[in-house]
Amino acid sequence: MSTDETIAKLHQRFGTDLVDSTFRDNRRVIAPADRVHDVLKLLRNERQFDFLVDITAIDYLEYPDAIDRFGVVYLVSSTKHAERLIVKTFVNLPEPELPTATDLWKGANWMEREVYDMYGIRFVGHPDLRRILMPDEFVSYPLRKDYPLKGMGERHNFPVITRAES
Amino acid sequence: MALAGLPENVFITTVDAAANWARSHSLWPMPFATACCGIELMATASARHDIARFGAEVMRFSPRQCDLLIVAGRVVMKMLPVLQRIWLQMPEPKWCISMGACACSGGVFDTYAVVQGVDRFIPVDMYVPGCPPRPEQLLAALMEIQKKIQRTGTLTGREFAQRTTPTGPAPFDIDELRRRREVAPVPGLEIYQPPVFK
Repeated sequence: MSTDETIAKLHQRFGTDLVDSTFRDNRRVIAPADRVHDVLKLLRNERQFDFLVDITAIDYLEYPDAIDRFGVVYLVSSTKHAERLIVKTFVNLPEPELPTATDLWKGANWMEREVYDMYGIRFVGHPDLRRILMPDEFVSYPLRKDYPLKGMGERHNFPVITRAES
Repeated sequence: MALAGLPENVFITTVDAAANWARSHSLWPMPFATACCGIELMATASARHDIARFGAEVMRFSPRQCDLLIVAGRVVMKMLPVLQRIWLQMPEPKWCISMGACACSGGVFDTYAVVQGVDRFIPVDMYVPGCPPRPEQLLAALMEIQKKIQRTGTLTGREFAQRTTPTGPAPFDIDELRRRREVAPVPGLEIYQPPVFK
């Protein structure tokens, strides 16, 4: 088994929905958002991709030649066949949503929470989708490009304790 | 002060001065070490620099047993309520050292999640500059705290009641105004210019 066979099998199953590319030794597959769960399921169940390395996202706001707002990247690897594959998909405002991958890999739980926390991409079917890094009261999504680097004043929104009252 | 009729090994002083003398030489630090300044804090406590020479070697990890809060490292939004709660749990009289650039001003971390100086939200007695400060600088701050206690301290802690204004700048101060101006788009200026590769 090799990554070529895996990609050939993906093309055979999903046809022209998939686009694959190669950068140095990275093999990448771009799938539409409504098929990405099926792609991951095939990789997990039929090609023994037993390890989800990471889920992350990119905001393409103001990016040249970008069509979609957010890219979501799944890095999967197979410890059985020493294969690695990058699966990428795109979602858009106003309701960026993707099906969860927690039914395939339990480790997707916190990764999807982090992507939700930073970009506001909702993962439908996630068992416990709440913020993981930022405080619960936080309302913005700080890694979006239209969010200012220094915040909207949240970091100053605390009670001030003076020496006389403590 | 020598009084007639007293033996040589007796001296007379005020209760305040006696309390200050005792307090300043047995400060028990609460190490609130959140970053690399915490490593310097540990070095200060270790044999070479030996904070025990100043009676402050008893690092307690319960705020209820401490009277000197050492904030060593950056404090983020999620940590600040914890810091404030620890400060409120410490018994009187108590003092606070803000150690390092991040605790004093946010340092290089001028981002959405990092508090720009703990003095905005809790009272601070002594600032230690440096990134991270040398152990000698922390010891110098400790000696300054001792001097401050001996200079201003009272038995009942009534000097604290006069400090009704916050130590740090107001939450929305000039740098917030500057930040807002930065956020506003500048007309005619390209925000993103992609690099040109040939």
